[in-house]
Amino acid sequence: MQTRPPAQYEQLAARVRAHCLRMTHRGKSGHVGSMLSMADLLAVLYSSILRVDPKQPDWPDRDRFILSKGHGGGAVYATLAELGFFPKDWLNTYYLDNGKLSGHISHHVPGVEFSTGSLGHGLPVAVGMALAARHAGKQHRIFCLMSDGDCNEGSTWEAMMFAAHHKFDNLIVVVDYNRVQALGKMEDVIEMEPFARKVEDFGWAVRTIDGHNCGQIEKTLSEVPFASNKPSWVLARTVKGKGVSWMENTVSCHYGSVNDEQLAKALKDLGANS
Amino acid sequence: MRSVFNEELLKIAHEDRRIFMILADIGYGEIEPFARAFPGRYFNVGVAEQNMTGVACGVALEGNIAITYSIANFPTLRCLEQIRNDVCYHNANVKIVIIGGGMAYGPLGISHHSTEDLAIMRALPNLVVVAPCDFAEARAATRAMIAHDGPVYYRCGYKKEPPIHRGPINFQFGQALTVQDGADATVIFTGTIGYNCLCAVEALAREGIHCRLISLHTVKPIDRAAIVQAARETGVIVTVEEHNSMGGLGGAVAEVLMDEGCLDVKCRRLALPDVNVSLVGGQDWLRQQYRLDPDAIADAVRQVVQ
Repeated sequence: MQTRPPAQYEQLAARVRAHCLRMTHRGKSGHVGSMLSMADLLAVLYSSILRVDPKQPDWPDRDRFILSKGHGGGAVYATLAELGFFPKDWLNTYYLDNGKLSGHISHHVPGVEFSTGSLGHGLPVAVGMALAARHAGKQHRIFCLMSDGDCNEGSTWEAMMFAAHHKFDNLIVVVDYNRVQALGKMEDVIEMEPFARKVEDFGWAVRTIDGHNCGQIEKTLSEVPFASNKPSWVLARTVKGKGVSWMENTVSCHYGSVNDEQLAKALKDLGANS
Repeated sequence: MRSVFNEELLKIAHEDRRIFMILADIGYGEIEPFARAFPGRYFNVGVAEQNMTGVACGVALEGNIAITYSIANFPTLRCLEQIRNDVCYHNANVKIVIIGGGMAYGPLGISHHSTEDLAIMRALPNLVVVAPCDFAEARAATRAMIAHDGPVYYRCGYKKEPPIHRGPINFQFGQALTVQDGADATVIFTGTIGYNCLCAVEALAREGIHCRLISLHTVKPIDRAAIVQAARETGVIVTVEEHNSMGGLGGAVAEVLMDEGCLDVKCRRLALPDVNVSLVGGQDWLRQQYRLDPDAIADAVRQVVQ
């Protein structure tokens, strides 16, 4: 992996956030808050951690990255476009008729491993890929970025038990732990705390980090697996709507889209040119 | 039939190292030889069908063939969204095998019956839907399933299904097999209910009503040509299935007749009524209660022909 100054990640994350705001504004679509909360995680993952090649998206030895919170797919599209997996002008077609990019992440897009959209699907598939990689003696890793809502799903916990039982230490989960769900805050919907302890009790090696501190994200992800014979789990504390002051920690930024005036304000908050 | 399936799969797995079995704690007394022969390709995920299907999908997307396997509707309905979104949308090489199609698990009750599966599974793009009728078809369908590059739904019987085909068969997905020819009517069946159909057409033959008997083992892709030809040549189509009357074999055949303009054909669909089966009894007895026994099938054909 290549270590970078945190500012580089922050600049990429800011560009990703600006793309997401413009895409959801143009598409009059939702989920921008979920995209903004994971932008720093994606910036570090794609800049330094994941072994991927924009020129060969299907490179057999690539690390597999599955976004289980498929509703945040716009942020992955933006990151992939920034890295050169496909032309940036594709982003202008997000959510539009005959567009190249659907609202939920699609494997028909270069660089996207797997389509999701309904929660609780990503981890079981990632576990299957981890199983296959180990069976074949391959060295690539499998990363799965999940939301906290993803962890409401029973299928996620089924997969957690299976992965721990088989000691898949080539598997890394990152949870975008913004604690805001579709209909309310986690404390009012399904409280997951003590989250880290629950996951540890399921047999995973867990670290809790600040999901907006790029230096910390880089250091943590560069140290996987955290324990041999255990899958790794990064509980990344994040802020839903991060970077746009009036969106942060609001339930409304899950579904709401931004109008012209809000877009200008949001981009100003981010320090991007509208 | 489940033993035949497992024997055949074991043989193929010796030849094809891509085959994995991903189970959800079902298969006692049947899957042990595979588990012993290929411990690195055998995984029991525990009682967790959603994870079974997701893991199978991940394994398959890495260039393998993953088989999920369980009782009746366990590997389909509990994890239907995983089959739809993960397996079918990604065209993953996953084979979904159910044991005990229809009411094979009779007295265990509705939780162990699979009587809506054909309708639900055939509505999923990319999925081949196959229901072998006897051991010969079961073996051939196992080989065809592994040879097919993409997802397959395999509706297996349970045990002691009698033979229907009298000689060697040329089994291909999407190509119906004619068990016997006849000019007065055509009986089309899928799966193990075929034996009752055979008994019925043999009884009818003794009365001078000669039926064409077709095993439509592949419900999807459906053999349109065989259906149209039977309609045009015999003028009578009776479908028989151990499945709810909605959307299964009868519905699929009716769609073909409508699409192909075969509207002057006399038709009858024999299937389970649209009810939850709460009667308690073995498969043969339940079939009789729902008029899927040989006498009832023969009666229905007689009525349509006359």
